[in-house]
This record gives sequence, C-alpha cells and structure tokens, in this order.
Amino acid sequence: MVELAHATRLHPLQAGNPDVASASVTLADNATRVSLRSRADAVAALSGTLGLALPTKPKTTATSGSRAALWLGPDEWLIIDDVDSSVAADLAEAKVLHSAVDISHRNVGIIVDGRGAAAVVNGGCPQDLSLKAFPVGAASRTVLGKIEIVLWRNAENRFRVECWRSFANYAYAFLRESARDVAV
Amino acid sequence: MIIRCPYCGPRDVIEFTYQGDATRRRPDPASSDQDAWNSYIYDRTNPGGSHREFWLHGGGCRQHLVITRDMTTHAISSVAFARSIVAGESS
Repeated sequence: MVELAHATRLHPLQAGNPDVASASVTLADNATRVSLRSRADAVAALSGTLGLALPTKPKTTATSGSRAALWLGPDEWLIIDDVDSSVAADLAEAKVLHSAVDISHRNVGIIVDGRGAAAVVNGGCPQDLSLKAFPVGAASRTVLGKIEIVLWRNAENRFRVECWRSFANYAYAFLRESARDVAV
Repeated sequence: MIIRCPYCGPRDVIEFTYQGDATRRRPDPASSDQDAWNSYIYDRTNPGGSHREFWLHGGGCRQHLVITRDMTTHAISSVAFARSIVAGESS
C-alpha cells in the first residue's frame, strides 16, 4: 500500500517567527554610512583622512575601531561607522577629488548570526560563502533573492546584510524564512 | 551560468545584466545614411557559435564587461573590461 506523507502546513505569515537555534536574524543598530567614490590617485589621501587604509582588492574590508570601509568596486567604497561618527565631517576636510554621500538612512543593516548563518544567506545569495572563498572580513555587493545587497562577513558565523530601506521588509522576511528552512 | 568577472572572480549570472550585442558599430553621428542607421538599430546576426556581448556586473563591482560566449553551449571564452576594449578599438 502507498503511504501518504503529510507535510506540516505553515501559515504564510509564520515566516516572521523562526524557531531555530542554528541561526538568528536580527536588526543591526543604526549606523552612519557613507558612499565614497574616488579614483585610484586619491586613495592614499582619503585613507589618511579616514584613519584606515581603503581596501583596493575585491571582496576586502579595512576596519579601524568602529569604522569600516568595504570595497564595492574599483572606485567605490561603503563606509560604515557608529551612529555618532564624524566620518562625513572628516571627509569634508579632504582636499582630493572625491564624492562622499551620507546614505545612513538609505540602508538598513540585518545581522545573520549562528552556525547556520552562511546557509541562511545562501538561501538567496549565489556566492560561494565557504571560508576559503569568502573569509572573515570579506565583503561584497551581491544579490539576495531579487534585491541587491552588500554582504559583510564579520565572523565565521556572522554576516551583516546591508540593503536599501525600501527592500528591508523583503530582505528581513526572506532571511527569516530562510533561517526557518535551515535545520543544521 | 557562471561569469568570471576580472575583478570579482566567478559569480552567478543573476548578478549580471545583459546589455546587448558588442559587435555592432554606430555610424558617424553626422551621417544621414538611412540604411546604415537602420542596420545599426535593427539588424542582429544571432550567430550559432561564438558571439561578443556587453554585460554589466550590476550586482557586484558595477563594471561593464565584454564577454565572448558561444551561443549554443554558453561556454565563455573571454571576459574583459568594456572600457579597455572600446578604448583599444577607437585608437
């Protein structure tokens, strides 16, 4: 005889309540964020202004205290710092040609933490998140489902996902639903 | 399909946007040769084998790329920055 298997039916709105121990999806604290654009010849001067060496290699970051610079492109960085940071004022002092736009309120940060964190992000992001390809400290602009995100690995099992605020509900629900599916 | 971005390394195709045929050449903007403009806008060869195309790595470093791709097997034989290729051709 054929035995019928019954899947447990979940209410669609239950995505907001993952009950898993392997990964948590939480909101990051408010932060100061700056989109920094400049050509290669200004990198040294801007690094001095910021107090950290702007990374020039793909998928890399540089941090100094609470301040972090994420390589997004050959002429583009995302600077993230505490909410009371002076980074915008610091960059205003730089005399080299650059563009620094305060995007603190354009982005929303989401923290994915726990031993299943990479699997949760991989639920919608096609990048290889093995420690070899995406080590601790690596960051990259990439995609999550149908939206663009910036992904930053803070620790082996901890990722920061930065998305645009209008996509925040989508990203948050997506990651929480992904966390519910990750049973590791 | 995996595209090897010269900056970012191998990335899934969903990070990229197709931007069209990289083999066509715009006629002289001062030209009023209707056949040449018609051909530039509408004619596409759609070859069965190797083809050159523009792609944008929008979900990554945001660089424009020129990719040589086999239209039947999707095998990618070369990836380069569009800026260097276009600059090389115009000089």
